Amino acid sequence: MARRATTADAFNAVAEPRRRQILDVLAGGELSVNELVERLGLAQPQVSKHLRVLREVGAVDVRTDGRLHLYSVNGAILKPIHDWVKEYEQMWAERFEELDDVLDELNTKEEGDGSE
Amino acid sequence: MAVNSQSARVILPTDEQILITREFNAPKELVYKAWTTPDLVKRWWSAKRGETTVAEIDLRVGGRWRYAMVTEDGTEVAFHGEYQEVVSNERIVSTEVYEGIPNGEANATLNTATFEDVEGRTILALLVEAPSKEVRNMIVASGMEDGLQDALDLLEEAAISLH
Repeated sequence: MARRATTADAFNAVAEPRRRQILDVLAGGELSVNELVERLGLAQPQVSKHLRVLREVGAVDVRTDGRLHLYSVNGAILKPIHDWVKEYEQMWAERFEELDDVLDELNTKEEGDGSE
Repeated sequence: MAVNSQSARVILPTDEQILITREFNAPKELVYKAWTTPDLVKRWWSAKRGETTVAEIDLRVGGRWRYAMVTEDGTEVAFHGEYQEVVSNERIVSTEVYEGIPNGEANATLNTATFEDVEGRTILALLVEAPSKEVRNMIVASGMEDGLQDALDLLEEAAISLH
């Protein structure tokens, strides 16, 4: 049960808009907490709180450089989540392709009706 | 006439939401008609994953709907719900219950479909609001061909490999 909870939390951690924002910024390269605070315009406690959640699920890594803690994105854990959304998007894309065919037919029919 | 095939766009605006958008090369009256006419719904709703066997639509506030499809391996997948707001050619708000899980009613989503005209073309936006993050995630993961469990396993492997 505990293991299942961990995996579900990873999705939740990454799906939160503020945390996705942090991940987007970190995707450009590793940063310290202060640099993140500056880029995002958020309060430091808030940024630290989100970073803690992201670290717990492994979405970000941290390394120490002197007195600085530098955070970076962990691509390995983000990929499966990205893939979920991509598959879901694919399902809708295929549904809409079928809808295109129906609409194409309705369009043609309307044009035909108008000319009669 | 060739139709420019646009790709669907899915974003997760909040923890509980899914927003699906797509532009169609047809006026919104026709997109609305294809979205709400049972015989037409039967032709597109299964997303090439089987055959739509049921498309019941009682399009009025308080009216009910039910769609079912049978997949290639014979599994029936069915959803139903109730219309809460119906504005012709503009907007439909309805609940959606997945019949494949126990206590589905408690996990119902609230879906808002809006049809926006853009110079004779139509942008369809479908906002799905789930009662919790967990339900929202289940819905997104249900798109996985290998199923939710495989997706969770994959995610877990990725998490374990970090330690």
